Amino acid sequence: MCKNSLVSISDYSKQEILEILDSAADFETNPNRKTLDGKVIATLFFEPSTRTRLSFETAVIRLGGSIIGFSDASTSSSSKGETLNDTIHMVGSYADAIVMRHPLDGAARYASEISPVPIINAGDGSNQHPSQTLLDLYSIFKTQGTLENLTICLVGDLKYGRTVHSLIMAMSHFKPTFKFIAPDELKMPDEYKMFCHKHNIQFTEETELEGNFDDADILYMTRVQRERFQDMMEYERVKNIYTLTNSMLNTTKQNLRILHPLPRVSEIDADVDSNPKAYYFKQAQNGLYIRQAIVSKVLNC
Amino acid sequence: MEKKLKVAALCNGTVIDQIPTDKLFKVVSILHLDKCKNQITVGNNLESTKIGTKGIIKISDRIFEEAETNKIALVVPQARINIIRNFEVIEKRSLTLPKEIKEIVQCANPNCITNNQPVATLFFVNHNNNETLLKCNYCERETKQDKIKIK
Repeated sequence: MCKNSLVSISDYSKQEILEILDSAADFETNPNRKTLDGKVIATLFFEPSTRTRLSFETAVIRLGGSIIGFSDASTSSSSKGETLNDTIHMVGSYADAIVMRHPLDGAARYASEISPVPIINAGDGSNQHPSQTLLDLYSIFKTQGTLENLTICLVGDLKYGRTVHSLIMAMSHFKPTFKFIAPDELKMPDEYKMFCHKHNIQFTEETELEGNFDDADILYMTRVQRERFQDMMEYERVKNIYTLTNSMLNTTKQNLRILHPLPRVSEIDADVDSNPKAYYFKQAQNGLYIRQAIVSKVLNC
Repeated sequence: MEKKLKVAALCNGTVIDQIPTDKLFKVVSILHLDKCKNQITVGNNLESTKIGTKGIIKISDRIFEEAETNKIALVVPQARINIIRNFEVIEKRSLTLPKEIKEIVQCANPNCITNNQPVATLFFVNHNNNETLLKCNYCERETKQDKIKIK
């Protein structure tokens, strides 16, 4: 087992999170270095991805490393029935670190237990996506100047959305107040509400979007993820439940910034894109610097 | 009239007593008694003043360590363990839930890797107020003790 792996945001202490944010800020000032010269990083994407895969690969290339891997599981031996155990043992003998996205919950933890090289979890089913969480924290810090005592409104798919679950866990270090806005079918699972109680985090729950985020510092929108539903009727009922429009932002705080892990479908109207409070494209750009910081940390480079 | 034991007395070994009748064979499975070569006496649907009817298992010439018997705490928390030497009870043991539970429990999450690939389950036992929760090491989902599924 490799101890340097990043599987879950809970693997990092508050101090380590802050160090990663510092490191990302440093990479933002100068993203092109040769610190990974001679290193080979494998990107194993058993599930589709655009931003996460491209930003990890860009991060490695800008640091002078090389990339091997696949972005479509149908082109790998898993389509022939190869177990994850065998794939990880084989790739671990070629690469210095493995970035992996997998559709099964817990795949990354298992891979980290058997891999001879560090595993970076780029999303395991509906469980964890720690690099997204770290780039969310970096975006929040950059836009608010602090991570402490912020009011964060989480909207949309709070049941299956791994980004919101991980964000709650990461923000627990910084005394946040949460507002959960979701339809009953997609409300925040009890275990995360219990987590909030345990960490003395204040939260409220709403089902309506309009008028419920005027006191927020961060409005975190999420997509209703079709691929997580086992009941397609349920998906059809909730898929277009919220759409954020420009006019809804008139009475919000000046410092409010809108985040979204992307891709979006219909939950943010295109007319919001030009509003200075829209931050989601810049947020995606921040992913590059955070992933440079993560790869450098797991490889001690 | 002479009172006869329904299950023969044990000279040396371990007795697992007060097992709810519907859990007897789960205990056999968890402790892998089906593969044990020692003499084993299994009784079920016996009268019990404490639980009405009960199961009992007597394993000759084998003293179970506490860590082994605690594996069944999840299924039969009220069972009693008696360690026997020369027909005398030398130790009475109640069961304590271990901090980690390996392989016995099936994860309730159908999308967990342990339900889809050959991966042994591992759960961490947490207590929250009066509830006991089992957290999957892999998918990180928590399940209440009364909702768990034994393999």
